[in-house]
Amino acid sequence: MKVLVPVKRVIDYNVKAKVKSDGSGVDLANVKMSMNPFDEIAVEEAIRLKEAGVAEEVVAVSIGVKQAQETLRTALAMGADRAILVVAADDVHDDIEPLAVAKILKAVIDEEQPKLVLAGKQAIDNDMNATGQMLAALLGWGQATFASELKIDGDAATVTREVDGGLQTIKVGLPAIVTADLRLNEPRYASLPNIMKAKKKPLDEKTAEDYGVDVAPRLEVVKTTEPPVRQAGIKVESVDELVSKLKEKGVV
Amino acid sequence: MAVLLLAEVNSGELALDATAKAVSAAKDLGDVTVLCAGASAAAAGDEAAKIDGVAKVLVAEGDSLGHRLAEATADLIVSLAGDYSHIAAPATTDAKNIMPRVAALLDVMVISDVSGVVDADTFERPVYAGNAIQTVKSKDEKKVLTIRTSTFDAAGTGGSASVETIDAPAASGLSEWVEDKVAESDRPELTSAGIVVSGGRGVGSEDDFALIEKLADKLGAAVGASRAAVDSGYAPNDWQVGQTGKVVAPELYVAVGISGAIQHLAGMKDSKIIVAINKDEEAPIFQVADYGLVADLFTAVPELIEKL
Repeated sequence: MKVLVPVKRVIDYNVKAKVKSDGSGVDLANVKMSMNPFDEIAVEEAIRLKEAGVAEEVVAVSIGVKQAQETLRTALAMGADRAILVVAADDVHDDIEPLAVAKILKAVIDEEQPKLVLAGKQAIDNDMNATGQMLAALLGWGQATFASELKIDGDAATVTREVDGGLQTIKVGLPAIVTADLRLNEPRYASLPNIMKAKKKPLDEKTAEDYGVDVAPRLEVVKTTEPPVRQAGIKVESVDELVSKLKEKGVV
Repeated sequence: MAVLLLAEVNSGELALDATAKAVSAAKDLGDVTVLCAGASAAAAGDEAAKIDGVAKVLVAEGDSLGHRLAEATADLIVSLAGDYSHIAAPATTDAKNIMPRVAALLDVMVISDVSGVVDADTFERPVYAGNAIQTVKSKDEKKVLTIRTSTFDAAGTGGSASVETIDAPAASGLSEWVEDKVAESDRPELTSAGIVVSGGRGVGSEDDFALIEKLADKLGAAVGASRAAVDSGYAPNDWQVGQTGKVVAPELYVAVGISGAIQHLAGMKDSKIIVAINKDEEAPIFQVADYGLVADLFTAVPELIEKL
């Protein structure tokens, strides 16, 4: 079974995003970029499927700027077998929308014919939580989003999903899209020898035009602003003072 | 202009708070038709008809719509889409699963987690874990959106919209339900609770999280957790408050042992009153707290439970 894992290059999880003063967006110049954390979980799960003998090949795909090849090298160092980079933007500030990403992924999938696509549930930059679901729609495949557990059993995947109020388990026929939530696994760190080896693994480079996909955004970003700042209140000295303040406010 | 709004229906029951908040956000966009879909949805439809500002309710009942599987529910919405300029839903995990699928089938972008409606084409939404608010203008003919309910007040009840029954679609055959593990709890639901007590990494262990639950029970509150606490295995994921978890805006939010990472703040900073208990006086949570108590939670929380 072939597993395809889309990965996105985003601002590093530990870096605080700074809004540009002219309201044109978040400043990404000279900012540390990394693999989207949910995508790292998806890569890890795919590699575990390979280690368990369920998957034969893991293909990582990234769509965005040319520098996303660093992100793909990370996926290769973790254990993916090969990578495909689809260059769709020149400027790191141009985010490719989930709909366009899904269309490009669909074209890649038509060629690659994987039986399973493992994606992160959400990118931590645009926070859309949409690519996996949109891709499933375009392919006419079943979808199992927000996965915290995945079992492959012949031609079906049994997936436990993180939903409001608890967990839901569903079965999707393969091929299918599964999107990873936080508790699916803990991704490994790539070892130095594997980082070296990853440099020799195949990485194909394509463009959005190769797949005939128009990546023009449907949503025009009118402006980007800082969220309203909440004013800090006071420090109370004791539990007694806290209780009396809350009683004054009538909330307890 | 007209809005089709997918109501949140769980096991035949309407989630009134989430649905009524989404109605508030949607009613300026046009006449609101609420869709109640499920294996059983008639009772939910009758309840939705009472929400102020609802023009009409559609009820679709069928086995294919049970358990909110995305494929059949999305097919149903797409079959109805022709009559509407906007298709909306409260941003629950169900809607986040279903609505992007609907949008792709209609060849439009989804607009997720809308926190403000500027006009019929223009919406505000938080990005970068709440570090920025983006205003986006959609060029698509139809708008598909999910609504961050914590920023809208619930529409009142007292209306009496007409209820129409429609056919359920065939099962997709792509996915099937196996089981639900819903945490049985007498506590209020996290996103609609008046008081929320949350614990963070500072709580230190799954066992010690019982202290957070005890304080919550004393206050009749829902229990929340930071992503760090969920990550460390102290609390289940459905308690997670933050940009990647649930967004809450209760009357009172008590953050215990939570440092206040931006991704957590994004999920609770619209709370009316915020209390923070943390032994680190430099913790960023104090910058948003109305009342901060610098103290060891293991002495302060038991004392608080006793004195409330």
